[in-house]
Amino acid sequence: MPLIVKLLAQRIALGLILLLLVSGLIFVGTMILPGDVAQSILGQSATPEALANLRAELGLNDPPLQRYIQWLGGAMTGDLGTALTSGADITESIAKRLSNTLFLAFWAAIIAVPLAIFLGLLAVRFKDRWPDKLISAVTLASISIPEFLIGYVLMYLIAVKLRWFPSVAMINDSMTLGDKLSAIALPVAVLTLVVLAHMMRMTRAAILNVMQSAYIETAELKGLNGFQVIFRHAFPNAIAPIVNVVMLNLAYLVVGVVVIEVVFVYPGMGQYLVDHVSKRDVPVVQACGLIFAAVYIGLNMVADIVAILSNPRLRHPK
Amino acid sequence: MKNIPISAMIGLFFTALYFLAALFAPLIAPYGMAEVVGDVWETSRIEIMLGIAPDGVTEANYWLGTDNIGRDLLSRMIYGGRTTIFIATAATILSFTLGSVLGFFAAVAGGWVDQVLSRFVDLVMSIPTLIFALVVLSVMPVTVPVLILVMGLLDSTRVYRLARAVAVDIEVMDYVEAARLRGEKTAWIIFREILPNALSPLVAEMGLRFIFMVLFVSTLSFLGLGIQPPEADWGGIVKENKDGIVYGIPAALMPAFAIATLAISVNLVADWVLNRTTSLKGGRG
Amino acid sequence: MSEPLLKVRGLKIGATVYPPGEKPHDIDIVHGVDFDVQKGKVLGLIGESGAGKSTIGLASMAYGRGGVKITGGEVWVNGRDIMQSSIGDIRKLRGGEVTYVSQSAAASFNPAKKIIDQVVEAAVEQKKFSRKEAEDRARVLFEKLGLPDPQNIGDRFPHQVSGGQLQRCMTALALCPEPDLVVFDEPTTALDVTTQIDVLMAIKEAIRDTGVAALYITHDLAVVAQVSDDIMVLRHGNMVEYGPVDQIINHPQEEYTQALVSVRSIDHEEKAPNGDPVLSVRNITARYKGTQFDVLHNVNVDLYPGQTLAVVGESGSGKSTLARVITGLLPPREGEIEFAGRTLTPDLAGRSPEDLRELQMIYQMADVAMNPRQTVGTIIGRPLEFYFGMKGEEKRKRIIELLDEIELGEDFIDRYPAELSGGQKQRVCIARALAAKPKMIICDEVTSALDPLVADGILKLLLQLQKIEDVAFLFITHDLATVRAISDSIAVMYQGKVQRYGGKNQVLSPPFDDYTDLLLSSVPEMRLGWLEEVIANRKMESAGN
Repeated sequence: MPLIVKLLAQRIALGLILLLLVSGLIFVGTMILPGDVAQSILGQSATPEALANLRAELGLNDPPLQRYIQWLGGAMTGDLGTALTSGADITESIAKRLSNTLFLAFWAAIIAVPLAIFLGLLAVRFKDRWPDKLISAVTLASISIPEFLIGYVLMYLIAVKLRWFPSVAMINDSMTLGDKLSAIALPVAVLTLVVLAHMMRMTRAAILNVMQSAYIETAELKGLNGFQVIFRHAFPNAIAPIVNVVMLNLAYLVVGVVVIEVVFVYPGMGQYLVDHVSKRDVPVVQACGLIFAAVYIGLNMVADIVAILSNPRLRHPK
Repeated sequence: MKNIPISAMIGLFFTALYFLAALFAPLIAPYGMAEVVGDVWETSRIEIMLGIAPDGVTEANYWLGTDNIGRDLLSRMIYGGRTTIFIATAATILSFTLGSVLGFFAAVAGGWVDQVLSRFVDLVMSIPTLIFALVVLSVMPVTVPVLILVMGLLDSTRVYRLARAVAVDIEVMDYVEAARLRGEKTAWIIFREILPNALSPLVAEMGLRFIFMVLFVSTLSFLGLGIQPPEADWGGIVKENKDGIVYGIPAALMPAFAIATLAISVNLVADWVLNRTTSLKGGRG
Repeated sequence: MSEPLLKVRGLKIGATVYPPGEKPHDIDIVHGVDFDVQKGKVLGLIGESGAGKSTIGLASMAYGRGGVKITGGEVWVNGRDIMQSSIGDIRKLRGGEVTYVSQSAAASFNPAKKIIDQVVEAAVEQKKFSRKEAEDRARVLFEKLGLPDPQNIGDRFPHQVSGGQLQRCMTALALCPEPDLVVFDEPTTALDVTTQIDVLMAIKEAIRDTGVAALYITHDLAVVAQVSDDIMVLRHGNMVEYGPVDQIINHPQEEYTQALVSVRSIDHEEKAPNGDPVLSVRNITARYKGTQFDVLHNVNVDLYPGQTLAVVGESGSGKSTLARVITGLLPPREGEIEFAGRTLTPDLAGRSPEDLRELQMIYQMADVAMNPRQTVGTIIGRPLEFYFGMKGEEKRKRIIELLDEIELGEDFIDRYPAELSGGQKQRVCIARALAAKPKMIICDEVTSALDPLVADGILKLLLQLQKIEDVAFLFITHDLATVRAISDSIAVMYQGKVQRYGGKNQVLSPPFDDYTDLLLSSVPEMRLGWLEEVIANRKMESAGN
């Protein structure tokens, strides 16, 4: 299968090139500005001497390209530098927080993905009837409210009024899995709600698209029942679009995590990023930005790879 | 105009209401934006009417109560809406003008112009918008013009993609070819053949972009990276009052209601515009 | 006579439509038809688009597309009223007793599954045969239908075989469960004429050998005359005429049937070349950007003033590419175009306004050839304004004159394309071309998307306008009846080359080259027994070789 291998290699190469360019963009994005990092750390009233000292200390006097290459080289060997504000090693701080964030995102995905696909199927099955309409109404509502507000509404109702779960999601290593899950129940619920709507709607569209194909009619005219039509004929063709939907929404989840962590004071990457944006700690922001972008690009790449792998024209060339 | 469905009517009504409130905020708001008028987090009349007020509280001075330092929440909401809507509108206009002009240009010009623009847009869009905005805002002074610029520029990539796709679709139509064969100039082709057919999907998209901008600026302000106090905006009001939530004070939830109703209203209007367009037979060719 | 296999009485079919901006409402598609199909017989259902013929075909399987539903009447299959049957019984009927062959096999096969799995699925599912028996049956059918490598072709995926082969696989799919009735829904319409005849022969022989009954649905009376025992003519959901094939073809009673039978019989006397050609295509070789092979090889043709050159060929012959080269949309690699005594620049950008004005074009799909946001007045008026600087009352008067020439009233001036019928749209496009007062018009498959009677009207109009305006036509088509109707000279194209070129009578008279012979003999003729003759002739030829 030379063609399919070639396409896969191309797609993976594209992903890597994209990641390289994105790292450049993030680096440039923190440079093309009035003033520089030293200025923003010390503020407008800083003395020229203090500025010059700090610039020298941060290596800001080196040419930009050299600094970029140093930074990128460090990033690829796992050295993301040290935080300006605390002097802590960024790689170390991130490692712990990244695993917390992935823990949160993992549980949200575990619940949201099957639920969204199930509800998407339900909407297709009852197209234009009340379950479908209810689902689209909920979708409209949930894409109209920012994540953090859904977070506070749930917190207000469930944590404060009903007292089912804690309102902040503190976790640490000494907690059991059960304790951890109870702690993250609310943020997981919010994240699930946030991606569920999009995912449902897109799953519905993807399946409807397949169900309108002429070969579905052929299957129905063979006297197959609804179950057989969907599983034998619709499903093999719906895999790629559904995986695509799931990946896009997982990518969306990664962004949602940033805000939700702030709402629930959860010790993850998102909160770390937001904290250091306010403190104007550029190396931390660059490192976090790069990791978020890498996850995002990686998920999109997986979606494309699945699409290539599931295309019968590519799997069975003429 | 008599064929406007009821949902679009409702949408139009509330959208207009919010914009008017934003425009005439100083006339409508009962108190000043930063004026401290009472105690911290006073109970609202709404809570009393709904019967969800804390035990023993039977009277209230303010419709929405007061905020974390005793300012009238209704006034803050009205002024906040003014800021949020203004920034969202300005950013939408920027994103739209830039995105659609470049998108059309790329579609009609084709060749390397199209390639360069499209690949650059692909690159920017491969970083989540919020993350990119945070990276840039970490070194930029957070002022209203900077916010509008960052939001507008980042979002223009999405408009660019849509405008280009729509224009490319129309570009291959036989009637555009017929105009070319007639010897028409590029300006005629863009403005007389393509634009009238591309307008409606773009206008519908404009509604969605506006909603996205409202959510975006609210999120940034909530994270403390948007509008800076004492200026009010909906995201900022949530941030200021979020600590009340754990004590059962719903002040921080007010913006949720405002944002949701505004977003749903605009959505309903956008839906209607889009349906109306596709309903013209061959409206988009 | 015994109880018919399929008995339809008072069949009424309706649909719920959802026009945007209006309340959903029900419309009637079929207004009560009666017919019978006896065991082993073929009934042809014929009509133009919107006649309800496919809808009736699917109703015999108790199936409705989209919002279509049967609203009244009875459908009896094998002595059971399927309107009263349970969904379980209907499932046994579908794919077991009645099977279906659609117009587009390419869309009707699941792209993700092997052909053999799809061909045997119904037979196995309906417990007619075991998987093994069904596969053996399928291979026998593949062979009978003339598919190459019948033992293994089933192991391929749908995209790995050609369109004509896939259509035959679809026939195998329908015949595999040994049904009593097959519904053929325009099975050859999407195919080229030389492919169509192979599929048609395969279907005809398969019907004869298996003794299956069939409903054969098509808009082409010449095709249905070859395979049917009886024909029912439908129009707007009503039965027009119903009888044995001989009666319908040779002694049609109703005016509408007579029109359908005599369609495409316009004859046009060939005109001899006069004066200098208006268009000379000299040694044109062309390829598309970024490709490695030529789609046109050394093409030479001439077109004389006030005459029609028909460029005829099947898909992929390069005929439409020739039009793109002449209009300047695709600059050729070699060769040149002379037009009205001038040599045209290869690229559109270099041509003078005079060149552009005198060379106009009409498209196949009138739908997308007009800007949906412009009125008929604007569409026709723009060339007047652009080329002649006409304005106001003068322009309006000329637009009305042109509308009159295309037999449309003054009131059309403010209508939008969406408010016109297919034929009216094409007329407006003709008027737009005429407005430029051209010396020559390229007509690219201008009648292919239209129903036969409407297409006839357009052809007659074009001939009439040619006399009045003295304009030359370069007429690109795949349809030989159209060629006969309109041309003075003909160029037959095959794989990017001009295979045969000359005056109409010369090109259409023997001796033929192989391809032209194949092409001409493949065009269905409106007489009984034509297909049998062709089958017999081709068998004799291949035996002779």
